Amino acid sequence: MRMLELWKRAPITWSHVAPPLENGTFGCSEWRHVEKPQCYCVLFVGYTNIWLSSFLADCLYSVKDLPIRPSYVLLASVTKMKLILSSIVNGCRYGKLIEVGRNGSKSVDIPGCLLYTRTGSVPHLTHDTLSLIEGVPEPVHLTLSTVAEHHEVLEEYKEGIGKFIGMPESILYCSLHDPASPCPSGYNTNKTVSVWGGGGRIEITLSKFMAMQQAFKPDWYQSMADGEPLPPGASRKRVKKSVDRTLGFLDGCLKEHQNSEVLKNSEILGVIEGGDILEERLRSVRETMKRPVGGFLLDGFQADDMPDDPKLNLIASVTGELPEDKPRLIHGIGKPDEVLECVSRGVDLFEGFFPYVMTEQGRALTFKFKYKVDPEGEAEQKDLVGPLHQVQDQQLISAYNTMTIEQCEGNHIYSMLEQSGCGDNEISNKASDKGGKTVPFTIDLKSEQYRADFRPLLEDCSCYCCKNHTRAYLYHLLTTNELLAGVLLMIHNQHHYFGFFQSIRDAVRDDKMHQLKELIIKQKLQQ
Amino acid sequence: MSPAPGPGAPSASASASAPLRVVSRRECPVSRARLLQLELPHGELQTPVFMPVGTQGTLKGIAVRQLEALGCSILLGNTYHLGARPGPELISKANGLHGFMNWKRALLTDSGGFQMVSLVELAEVTEQGVRFSSPYDGKEILLTPEKSIEIQNALGSDIMMQLDDVVSSTVSGPRVEEAMYRSIRWLDRCIAANKNPEQQNLFAIIQGGLDAELRKKCLTEMIKRDVSGFAIGGLSGGEEKDNFWRMVTLSTEYLPREKPRYLMGVGYATDLVVCVALGCDMFDCVFPTRTARFGSALVPWGSLQLKNRQYAKDFKPIDEDCDCPTCKRYTRAYLHALFRNDTAALHHITIHNIAYQLNLMCSIRESIRQGQFPVFIQQFMKRMYGSKEQYPCWAVEALSTVNVQLE
Repeated sequence: MRMLELWKRAPITWSHVAPPLENGTFGCSEWRHVEKPQCYCVLFVGYTNIWLSSFLADCLYSVKDLPIRPSYVLLASVTKMKLILSSIVNGCRYGKLIEVGRNGSKSVDIPGCLLYTRTGSVPHLTHDTLSLIEGVPEPVHLTLSTVAEHHEVLEEYKEGIGKFIGMPESILYCSLHDPASPCPSGYNTNKTVSVWGGGGRIEITLSKFMAMQQAFKPDWYQSMADGEPLPPGASRKRVKKSVDRTLGFLDGCLKEHQNSEVLKNSEILGVIEGGDILEERLRSVRETMKRPVGGFLLDGFQADDMPDDPKLNLIASVTGELPEDKPRLIHGIGKPDEVLECVSRGVDLFEGFFPYVMTEQGRALTFKFKYKVDPEGEAEQKDLVGPLHQVQDQQLISAYNTMTIEQCEGNHIYSMLEQSGCGDNEISNKASDKGGKTVPFTIDLKSEQYRADFRPLLEDCSCYCCKNHTRAYLYHLLTTNELLAGVLLMIHNQHHYFGFFQSIRDAVRDDKMHQLKELIIKQKLQQ
Repeated sequence: MSPAPGPGAPSASASASAPLRVVSRRECPVSRARLLQLELPHGELQTPVFMPVGTQGTLKGIAVRQLEALGCSILLGNTYHLGARPGPELISKANGLHGFMNWKRALLTDSGGFQMVSLVELAEVTEQGVRFSSPYDGKEILLTPEKSIEIQNALGSDIMMQLDDVVSSTVSGPRVEEAMYRSIRWLDRCIAANKNPEQQNLFAIIQGGLDAELRKKCLTEMIKRDVSGFAIGGLSGGEEKDNFWRMVTLSTEYLPREKPRYLMGVGYATDLVVCVALGCDMFDCVFPTRTARFGSALVPWGSLQLKNRQYAKDFKPIDEDCDCPTCKRYTRAYLHALFRNDTAALHHITIHNIAYQLNLMCSIRESIRQGQFPVFIQQFMKRMYGSKEQYPCWAVEALSTVNVQLE
């Protein structure tokens, strides 16, 4: 019984806290009678059920006069995968998710993006053309919008959607909605959500949702959620309802998830709703955190109608509350500048639909993302915190073993948590490394100027399209409505976008985010 | 490739400097089928061969890398379309069609003549050439033999086709004769207009409709000209199969054995097998790739209409014996599901259909090489039709004229 063992090994004066009972639960009355301990460090590294977690959380929050805010309440169920954060600098997290997937053999780099698919296919691409692209990320992103209508087929197939779509070895993440298609609102109810597939609206109940997940067998899936886009200034009542419904759906999903043999190696992601109302967002965070989820999805930030600053502040507030040791995904954010802003605010994973949207417009991504390191006058490296957040029992305990309260307070991570998100990084006023010549995010290859332009889409791009074809050829394919245009553009755009994310990871690791941001924002303003 | 032990010795084509060399020729001892090894400016080619059609400088939805991987050795491009968009000047600047589309192997371009038949309401034929009203911008184009060759010279294809006066095979009467004689005169104009005879081959196109006498006259005249190969044109336009095969047989009887024979517009599996037996070497058709985009997958026993509901839960690949990239990874059910939602479904099926065609030709070549072609034909027909009662009559008859008796 893991909790009991921990109990014995922990150096913390557990005698101040009631030990667990034989069956692993805590007696409520005993707990309330503890003296105020020196340091709240409550570890639940072991399987917890949702009732226990929320009960304990309630206990903690209800104890008054706490000397230190219990920021280390790690209500971790045994999520198979582990998040190893190598560093957090200026709010940007850098690390890896390891032991991902059914075999526990895969890893996901953070920050990163997902591989966008429609009905399980990267748009326009077959396995062979996809293989031409370097740096294709895990996981593969499936959406119920584009696969729900094939539920029955998958039930009969029995071997899971990964094999069905020709990606048997890939990590699969299943979300509700397709980020590249509009999602009309007004259809969700207390018991159902609607997705919009090829054949129209599909209404999904909780049991149908879970039946689908069991037929599909994804590695991760978002909990069912009421994430309808809410207009700004939507009534508080409606926003509150979406938070409540989502929590209800989450509990329902978890219950079935925990009883499911088929999903025992899958992770469920909690969904943070709350529209544009801070209190609701925080409520959604705190409640969702009590549940044993494998990660968190920031939902409801897709629409363009929330102005940037409030949106980003909200994201920062949300991530500021979320636990360190679990991944944070966001839906609907794909533009380069927005991605950087979200990375700076503690977001880990993004949907990879932006290259597709540009492809459909006949556009090629051409923005520069290679920031150059200026050898002189380099900004001082912030003190990087070591791998504190490896959620391995032994290491964590021994780390806490040696920390005093002062160290806890002085801990960079800890103080970061106190702040509301990353805040404003000063954008360096150093000159752009490219010496003045900048390129906008995309070029429109249907434009006449490319008709006789025999250069590749982007100089220095090593993708199959740029190595083999010219702008003139793409112009020709687009103006003659040839299918190959979509194939080649998709190859280039994906390649480019994945390269951008590698650049983000490098920038975060090397503390060069401000340079990367400057480079991107400059190009945005060029348009 | 070793020389043929049977009838026909390996021989060079017309002149030593011609850009097409027949390295070797082997003939089937029973039928008129042949196995040729050809050398073209952009690579070697074995026939019988099927040429996928890449009309506008692309095979729809398929990258050249994929075509190379499938073993495709020659593609067809369309002078009419490319002449309009992007136009010969631009393609010239791009180092020809090879450079423009980045295809390193052989290319054959047709003359633009076939569009006369398919777009006939827009065309007016005179001795000078064909007057079109361009469907793209309404401009008037006069396509003369000289102009067609000029465009094809700019495209830089390994094999160019003469501009011929094409009439539909369903037309009869004096128009057919007029077109036949005009095609001969246009052939001479095309030969004269070729500015690149060292690098680009010109093929003649035998016309004459379904009239044996006209065909013979055309053959007699055209084989006197110094061209690298001959096409059999004016067929495959909806005529009765009984008439079709007779014209093919007639042509192969007269055409010189040491030059390749290209039967235009033929691509159905049965037609390919029979016409190889009748003595044809090269074939092109939009059918396999076009039908793929409608969800139809070709198989040795016919075709599967993957859009049909019956495939929704069919978890077999298109063909369990096919090792194309599609069949190795995807099921019929997945292709059915994907079909409405993403273009990738079209590409999967296109890849399979091209693989099917190329594998068919490869099997044909192998069986000729081993002197087993009649056996192959038997097996093919059995697989496709099941039993002799189902075999198409025209095919049985045609094959019997080249000593292949089907059981």
